[in-house]
Formats: sequence, C-alpha cells, structure tokens
Amino acid sequence: MRHLLLSTALLLAAGPALANKIFVSNEKGNTVTVIDSESWEVLTEFDAGNRPRGITISPDGTHLYVCASDDNLVRVFDTETYEELPSLPSGPDPELFVLHPSGNPLYIANEDDNLVTVTDVETRQVLAEVPVGVEPEGMGISPNAAFVVNTSETTNMAHFISTDDYQIKHNILVDQRPRYAQYTDDGTRLFVSSEIGGTVSVMDIAEDGTPTLATKISFEVPGVLPEWLQPVGVKVTKDGSRIFVALGPANRVAVIDGESLEVLDYILVGQRVWQLAFTPDEKYLLTTNGNSNDITVIDVAGEKALRSIPVGQQPWGVVVSPN
Amino acid sequence: MRHGLVGLLLGAWALVLGSAASAVEVSYAVLRVDYPVLAPISRLERIPVDMGFAGAELANQDNQTTGRFLGHTYTLTTVSAAPDDAPAAIDALIEEGIQLIAVLARDEDFLALADRAGEEALIFNAGAGGSALRDDACRANVIHVTPSDAMRADAVAQFAMWKKWPRWFLVAGSNPADIELAEAYRRSARKFGAKIVEDRTFEDTGGSRRADTGHVLVQRQIPVFSQDAEDHDIVIAADASDVFAPYLPFHLWDPRPVLGAAGLRPVTMHPAHEAWGATQYQTRFEDLTGRRVREEDYDTWLALRVVSEAVTRTGVSDVPALRDYILSDDFELAAFKGVPVTVRPWNGQLRQPILLYDGRITASVSPQDGFLHQVSPLDTLGIDRPETACTAFAN
Repeated sequence: MRHLLLSTALLLAAGPALANKIFVSNEKGNTVTVIDSESWEVLTEFDAGNRPRGITISPDGTHLYVCASDDNLVRVFDTETYEELPSLPSGPDPELFVLHPSGNPLYIANEDDNLVTVTDVETRQVLAEVPVGVEPEGMGISPNAAFVVNTSETTNMAHFISTDDYQIKHNILVDQRPRYAQYTDDGTRLFVSSEIGGTVSVMDIAEDGTPTLATKISFEVPGVLPEWLQPVGVKVTKDGSRIFVALGPANRVAVIDGESLEVLDYILVGQRVWQLAFTPDEKYLLTTNGNSNDITVIDVAGEKALRSIPVGQQPWGVVVSPN
Repeated sequence: MRHGLVGLLLGAWALVLGSAASAVEVSYAVLRVDYPVLAPISRLERIPVDMGFAGAELANQDNQTTGRFLGHTYTLTTVSAAPDDAPAAIDALIEEGIQLIAVLARDEDFLALADRAGEEALIFNAGAGGSALRDDACRANVIHVTPSDAMRADAVAQFAMWKKWPRWFLVAGSNPADIELAEAYRRSARKFGAKIVEDRTFEDTGGSRRADTGHVLVQRQIPVFSQDAEDHDIVIAADASDVFAPYLPFHLWDPRPVLGAAGLRPVTMHPAHEAWGATQYQTRFEDLTGRRVREEDYDTWLALRVVSEAVTRTGVSDVPALRDYILSDDFELAAFKGVPVTVRPWNGQLRQPILLYDGRITASVSPQDGFLHQVSPLDTLGIDRPETACTAFAN
C-alpha cells in the first residue's frame, strides 16, 4: 500500500498534467460515478436523481449538470464537494443537452414533449421553448455558438436552431433514429449519427451556418450482423483528423479518418457502448458501456482499448472536467 | 412565460413552412370491424372503445409534427363498423377520396374489404394474421403491417429451439382460427426441427369461460385433459379464440412451460416494453389515451407511420409512388424494435422482430441469435420468398 502511494506520488510529481475527474451518469443506478483520470480509481459515486442521462460540466469545471430524466429537471452538483446545488428547470423528460461555450445558457432536449428548452443557468429561468420534431434527443452547438442542432428520433431530422431568435432556420432529413450531433472544432462540418439507420450523416456547414448533406458513413464488421451496428455517440479530435463513433450493441467504437471519411478500424470495448468523451489533452477517449456497467479507456493515439473500469448500473453519459 | 412564447413559436412555424418544399396533403383512415365477441377471459384484456384508433391518433400526431417542417399535412378518419356494414364503410371512405386505409378485421373480411377498395387504394393490414393472406391469397394493394401467424409461430419456435426444447405438446382449439394457428405451429416445428409428440384438441363447447368459481373447475379439468401425454419439453397453446389457453399454466398434469396463446406469447408490442426507446412510445401513448397500449394500437400506429415515412422521403402523396417507395430497398423505419423494419417486396409483409412477452416483461425477442438468412435475419420468421405462392407482386 505504502509502495503504491509512493509511486502515485512520484507520478504526480513527474507529470505536468493534473488529473481530471471523469463523471459518468448511471441511468438505472440513479447515480454519478467519479473517476480519477490519472489513477483510474473510482473516487466516489453519488446519488444524482432519477434516471440520470445527459451529463455536462461548466467551462470552469465547478458545476456538473445532469439530466434527471424522470425528475423532469436538471440537477446541478458542485464538482469538488459533490453537494447538490439548486436544480434547473428543464421541461419534461430531459435527455441530452448542450452548454453554450460561455457556460450559459443550457439547451435541453425534452424527449416526451417535442421541445428544446433553453435555460439560463444563473437565473434558473426558462428563456425559450422551441418546438421540434418527435422525440428530440441529440444536441450539438456550433463552435461560434450561432446554431444549436437538435436531432429528433422519430421525425428523423436535424433541426438547426438560431441561438439569436430561437427559430429553426434549417431542417435536414437523416436516417432512422438520429441520436447525436457533433460539429468539428472549426465548425465546417457536422456529424449526425442514426442509430437504427446505421449511418453517420456528414454535413458541410457554410460560413453562415447553412448545412448541406454531403455524404453518409456506414459501417461493416465481419461476423457482426449489420443490424447491430448502431451509431450513437460521436466525438471528433480538435484537429479534425479522427472521428470516433460508438456503435451501441456492436460493442465497438469506429475510428474514422477525418479527411477521407473512411472507417479505419473498430475498437472492441464494453457492451452496448453509448456515449464518448475525451480527456482535455485528447490522450484518452472514454466510452460508457450500458450493458457491462463499465467504461472503457481508449488510447487515442494508439487507437486501442487500454482498460475497463466498473461504474454504476447502466452507464449512459460521460464528461471530463477541464484542466 | 408560456404566453409570451406562443408568438415566437408561430413565427418558427411560418418560417419553416415558407422555406419548405411544395405542400402535400395526406388523408388516411382506420377502418375497424367490430365483431360480436364474449368478454375476454381476463378482464385485464377488456377491449377499450378506442382500440386501434388510439394508436392511429398517436401516429397522426407524430406525423403532423414531422409534416410541419416539410409543409405536409395529415388528416385521419376513424370508422368502426359491424361486419355486415364494413363493405359500405370502406365504400364511403373511398368515395371521400381516402385511398390509404388501415384495416382491423378478420382474415376473410379483410380480404373482401381489400378487394372492394380496388387497385387504386393501398390497404394496410393491422389485424389479420392468416398466412394465406400473404401467400396464395396475397393482393398487390395490401401492405401487411401485422405479422402472420407463421411469423409468430416461428418466433416461438426459434426461442424453443434456442432453449433446446424440441419436444412439443400442441394443444389446439376447435374453431377454424385455432385450427389454422395450430397448423402454423406444425409448420414451424417442421421448419426448425421440433417434434410434436402430442397433439390434442381442446373442444370449445360454448360453456361459460369465466365465473366466480371458474378456477375450481379449471383446477380439476385441465390436469385431466393433459394427463398421459408423451414426454414433452413444452406445451404450445394454439388458441386464437381465447377459450382455454390462460388456464393451462400451473394446471398441467406435467409441470412444463406454456408458450403461444398463454405463458410466453409472441406479440408486436406490450405495455411493459422499454428497450430501444420504447419507454418514450409508452409514455406518449399513455399521456394521449390514459390507458396502456395494445397490439392493435401499435399495429395501426405502425401502419400510419409507414405512410408518413414514405410521404416524408418522397415528398408526394399519390398512392402508386408511395407503394413503390414502401416496397423498395430504400424504405426503412424505426419502430422501437432495435432494428429497422422493412417490407418484403414479394408479398408486402412488413419484416419485424417479435417480442416474447410473459405478461410482465419482454422475456426475449425473436429472431433468436444464430438463426441466419441470406437477406435479413427477420426473414427467418414466416414464409420465405422461395416457398411463397404469392404472385401478385411483380418483383
């Protein structure tokens, strides 16, 4: 034990990067698991309301936001003490959300009510409710914060909502059950995953934010039924060179070349891989594995799985504290 | 706050409509034939007045929400009719210019109504399970949304074989629909290598099925009925008429699991199903109707979602174009079953997974692991292309 502590201390002293906290929402366990990104130890697990799914963190890393779907609100926690702070109104059944890059407001998808709710995280007031398609889920925001993109799972569209006037400016039809929307860091591309359609739609984004459907990426793994290749979470490296797509019950994360949009590899992870998050240095990619109740740590440069860490019951979302 | 938002919302609609493609108007209907039937054995299964219509209403709301972004509008008409009045009812719908009609009726009536509607119409079968309707009696103007008896029987058979329960005791009712269902199970047994070691008929004598002390008689009769059977792994209940199947579990002479019309049942949907986003479907349905979903509701919901998906992707509402799209390789639809549902172009049957429901949870879903097919695992359920006698479809 003493020995272990000593080596940990040495490691801490040697590496310039501070450890980050990894927060995982456990949908069935009604908890959030906190993991140290240096030691990969579970630091704690705390109650997070009923059916926690979407999870994000303020840019300064002090506040953790959790969609407590069955409580119909967003719960807020102090990331140091894990104390619960006053909740935010979210509209019914919040599933996923995205925070404005400035840290305010929060754009929330209300799955049961065909709405996107915009909530001021400081005044805790609802600023707007935007009607969208049936079963809104995926939420993305353009890097210049001009557009919030919502995907509606039964309508099968990506809705482009202006953050100025909260009006929908564009609708793009995509394949069945769109789950997640992710812009590249330079804002020129948007990726939308379609779980049941089995594809990722790639959109070119013009200077003024106008989207054009460019192509669709599909997946193929020998020995895996095509029906099981169900894209959900999507993350893109800052330089846009690699796109990672969680493939749900295929238990794999696809690695895609950012230039050619070719699938380069499939990384085997835990069961029913759902959402993804990078560590701030992009050294690691973390995956939530809903059916094996763990997360997988992927070495981004090596494009291989390093280890699995058990978390709570049915992990859904994951976010990492900033440096 | 809410009030202030309304103006904003209307503005959003106007903008979307303004930039949308040309307006498309879709009129569709649900025709439900109401048969004189006895109350179900279990009062949990009492038939609600809005059976089937509620599912259609939910689909219509879903479709309207999607349609708003594209300038598409949907108008739903729901009609119920006694068997004798059904032909006049479908005539009236056709006369009104409604050519997209989901029908909830028994096999014979369904076929007669589909023929009566004519080739210009597209009829969606949401209730008739007869395998012949998809086979030698198939019709080019019909899309079968509900699975055939053969598909349901195969769903049960695959599960039984996966469990290595190949020795079956088949108990069939004596009514024509029961006999047909039993035949579907015999076919499934042959297809997947199960053996029907005991085959008995439970006569429908027309006696009272449910009474205050019904269980007293049941507890004495069922063991006697089921004694001295060949050694078997499971009991398969072919009881389309709801006469005896619910009495089998726990009363059999030999303690064996029951599958089919009781015990583990093959269904298109049930109110406890949560996987693949179905929780949202249940919540929306219950908010709308104040009751739990039934298979009839899911089937009509799916029928109208099929229409809307075709309208959304093609941008038109004319029947031949919609039919072509629905039968094409491009058509696929998410239906809370984990995989896209598609349509068999050679007989108009919707491919779909079938849930195996124990009355409380989804115990399993067929097709089962390891049952493979060159086109789709879903084609391991039901009569397949090489065996079909359906010739109404050109492809």
